[in-house]
Parts: sequence; structure tokens; C-alpha cells
Amino acid sequence: MNTGMITRTTAMEACQTMLDDFFIRALLAGLGVAVVAGPLGCFVIWRRLSYFGDTLSHAALLGVALSLLLDLNMTLTVFAVSTALSLLLIFLKSRTSLPSDALLGLLAHSVLAIGIVVLGFLTWVRVDLLSLLFGDILAVSLSDIALVWGGGVIVLAGLIKIWRPLFADTVNADLAIAEGENPRMAQVMFTLLLALVISISIKVVGVLLITGLLLLPAAAARNLALGPVQMAVISVCVGVTAVVSGLFSSLAWNTPSGPSIIAAALVLFVISLLPFRQARGFWSEFLARQKERGVS
Amino acid sequence: MPMTDRSLVELRDVGVKRDGRWLVRGVSLSVDEGEILTLIGPNGSGKSTTAKLALGVLRPDEGRVKSTPGLVVSYVPQKIAIDWTLPLRVEHFMRLTNAISDADISSALAATGVEHLLKQDMRVLSGGEFQRVLIARAIARKPRLLVLDEPVQGVDFTGETELYELIKTLRDDLGCGIILISHDLHVVMAATDKVICLNGHVCCSGTPRLVAESAEYKALFGHQLAPGLALYEHRHDHTHHSDGSLSDDA
Repeated sequence: MNTGMITRTTAMEACQTMLDDFFIRALLAGLGVAVVAGPLGCFVIWRRLSYFGDTLSHAALLGVALSLLLDLNMTLTVFAVSTALSLLLIFLKSRTSLPSDALLGLLAHSVLAIGIVVLGFLTWVRVDLLSLLFGDILAVSLSDIALVWGGGVIVLAGLIKIWRPLFADTVNADLAIAEGENPRMAQVMFTLLLALVISISIKVVGVLLITGLLLLPAAAARNLALGPVQMAVISVCVGVTAVVSGLFSSLAWNTPSGPSIIAAALVLFVISLLPFRQARGFWSEFLARQKERGVS
Repeated sequence: MPMTDRSLVELRDVGVKRDGRWLVRGVSLSVDEGEILTLIGPNGSGKSTTAKLALGVLRPDEGRVKSTPGLVVSYVPQKIAIDWTLPLRVEHFMRLTNAISDADISSALAATGVEHLLKQDMRVLSGGEFQRVLIARAIARKPRLLVLDEPVQGVDFTGETELYELIKTLRDDLGCGIILISHDLHVVMAATDKVICLNGHVCCSGTPRLVAESAEYKALFGHQLAPGLALYEHRHDHTHHSDGSLSDDA
């Protein structure tokens, strides 16, 4: 009994020291973001929303600036600003004849510029712009990790809930409506989830690289997957591998962590272009031929 | 056409306007359980638009659409393009809008003759195979209203007849109402209960026999009918502008 208690205390102490290690904290935060970014990134690719994601993440910088200016909670402000921008986009889309990529580019760079201008006004706070743009994963605190995992659970639960209508809408919008799904609700929900992911992952990869973490694992997964759910799962695996290998290489070569994670994801994407499926085909053919030879 | 107890969906004097032009106007129709309603008409006459109104995909700018609450609907759209970024096999596509058991999926695919394609990627299917999968998916949902927009496009001739036969059996087996859009006049006229001939508005409607004998029908499709049947005199009770709208002097 007594020894059991002692072991538990030492285990907790070990756990405590482990979480004291900045590297372990970085890993935990990065893995949390990768797990959520995987399936969401698939939808970003399927629905051609990469520019949209970019615009939302640029708006995040404005959110950070406003939270510092008005002394508000950063994550909530970023979420609110991204959400407001996405609603503005939906509204503008129906009101202008500008093509949507031009509209998105226009908004993305405007909010980025306004964000930096507002930050410039804040002479009383020292803002590390680089860490906002490219992430500062080695500085995540325990509460950051709690935020990533808590927010991540909400995002994943939300995505599972809207998966069917959103996916049906992605394949064919008319079909989804005709057969009683509610794609409009799913679209709005998805936009909110995207804004939420962006606001929880600023600390990890920064506003300029978030879209990379959404797109690269999903793109790599596309080259390997045979079905939509499989693609989402592979995308998570690729993201997790990118976070782990990116962080370790940033430790080994003293490179900036956020960009190292994205670079690792790119390497994985290039690897995914190798002809795995053909190789599998050749292999099974080879085995079949060997067997035939063995029989005869 | 008043809404009867067995009416699944009813359109009353509906019209859809886009960019100042009426795509369809003054269209009324209703589909009962166990009834096949066919929409015919030239390109751009508003057949797909009318179907989308009945499905609730489009909202009418005038008139009313009433449908039975909780109606299970299956839709075979005219065109579906599957994007490269989407890895989608037939087995996944079959479950697009609801959970369907493996047994139901394979029997639906078998009914349209494409059981062997279950593990195929949707993008490698031929046009005819794709249509058969679309129809199988619609069947597997066990709908009460089935809307088919040019369901046999790209299907070979024998397959075409088989599929129309299948649609007729569906009506008998499931007791569902069917809205069918088709170009194949001969087959359509043989396999349908009610025909509506559209050209931006309802040109004529009724039983196939009635429609086939009407002057409007012959004016629109006279050239497609067998020579022996195409005895048609140009006796319009109304005239069209080139966009299909009605002339005032009608």
C-alpha cells in the first residue's frame, strides 16, 4: 500500500519534470494541432479552401493585435476576428462580381497589413512579430497545451457531427440538399471550426504557416489514400510524423521549430509522390508469379 | 392538379427567374405514390429546373411547392464531377447521404448490373457505369420519391431498355413516385403514367397517348418521330419567342 503510494508520487513527479521540459511541451502541443489539422485539411483541399484558410489565418494577426490593444483573451479574440472575417467574406461574395480568389487575396493582405499597423501603435508592449508569424512552439505553456487539446476535442467532435452533410455537399451540393441534408449549416459550422483551429495553433506554427500544416499532410495523404476517411487518418499520421521529425531536427540543427515542422511535412509530401501503389501491384504480381513457378 | 392524399410533391404555378429572365413559369404538377411522371422538352426548356424545384434545391420566385414532410427522396442529377482530390470508391459513394448495409449496397449494384465495381474508384468509371452506380445509389436509399434527370445518358442501347424496365419495377416494388427527365421519347411514352411537355412553361400534359396526339408535342418533337407517325399539322394555339417565352399575340 505504502510502496504503491510512493510509486505514484514518483510517477507524478516524473510526469511533472517531463512537462517541465520545454521540448516535451512542444511535442504535446504540436501533436495536438497535427491531429486536428489532418481531417480539417482534407476538407480544405476537397473544397478548394486553401486561399480561404490563408485569409482566415492572416486575420489572426489582427486578432492578436486587437487582443493586446484591448487587453482581451488572445485565443478568443483571434477566433472572433477570424469568424467575423469569414462572415464578411460570405456576405461580400454575394455582393461583388470580383472573382473569389481576388477577393480572398485582397482581404488577406489587407487584414495582415492592418494587423501589423495596429501592432505598431502598441508602443507600450514589445511584440515579437516573428513568433506571431512563424510560431513559437518551444515557448508553449501548460495552459497552451490545455487550450490546444481542449479546442482540438471540440473541433474533432464538431467535424464528426457535420461530416455527412459536409462531405455530401463536397461531392454534389444539389444532391445533398435534395436528399435532406443541411449543407449550409455544415458550411458555416466548418468555417467556425477552421477559425477555431487557426486560433489554437498560432503559438505552434504561427499565422503564416498554419495553412501549410493544414494542406501538406492532407495532400500527402491524397497520394496514398483509397477513401475519404482513410485520407483523413493518413493525414493525421503524416502531420504527427511531421511534428515529431520537425521538432527533433530543429533540436539537432538549431533551426526555427515552426518552419522545420512545415519543411518536414513537405519532405513527407514528396515521399508520398513515390509510386507506392504501382510498387504494391508489381510486388503482388511478382509473388503470384513465384507461386506459379513453385507449383509447376 | 390538386394535392391528393397520395401526392408526394406538388408544384403550383411556380416560376424561377434568373438575371431578369424566366427559366420556367406557370408550371404546375404533382406526383403521387406509385406514379411515373415524365418531363420532356427541348434543351433549355426548364426540365432540370422543374425537377430541382420539386426537390427543394431551387426556391421558386413565384408559386408554391408543397411536399410531404419527412419524405425520403433519392436524386440522380444530370451531371456529377468527382474532383481528383477526392479519393472516392463506389462503396463510399453508395453511403453518401445515409448509412446503408453491405447487403443492400450489393443488391442495388446488382440490380443495375455493376456489382463488380464496388471497389473501383469513381473517377475511372465509364459514363454508362457511372450512371448505373448513380441509379443504384438512389435505389439503395429505398426512396418514396425518386427523381431521375437523364438517368441513362451514356448507357448502351440494350442497357437503356433494361434500366427503364428496372425503373418500372422499382415503382411497382417500392411503390415510390418517380419524376423522370428523358430524351428517349419512344421508351418514355411506353413506360410512364403522366407526361409533361415543357418549353419554359407547360406546353401540354396528360397521359402519354394524349400528349403524343397534341399539336404542341408534334411541333416540338415531330422530327424525331417515326415517319409514319409524324403526321403533324402546324396548328399552334400559341407561338414562342426564340427564348421559349410566349408571344403576346397567342
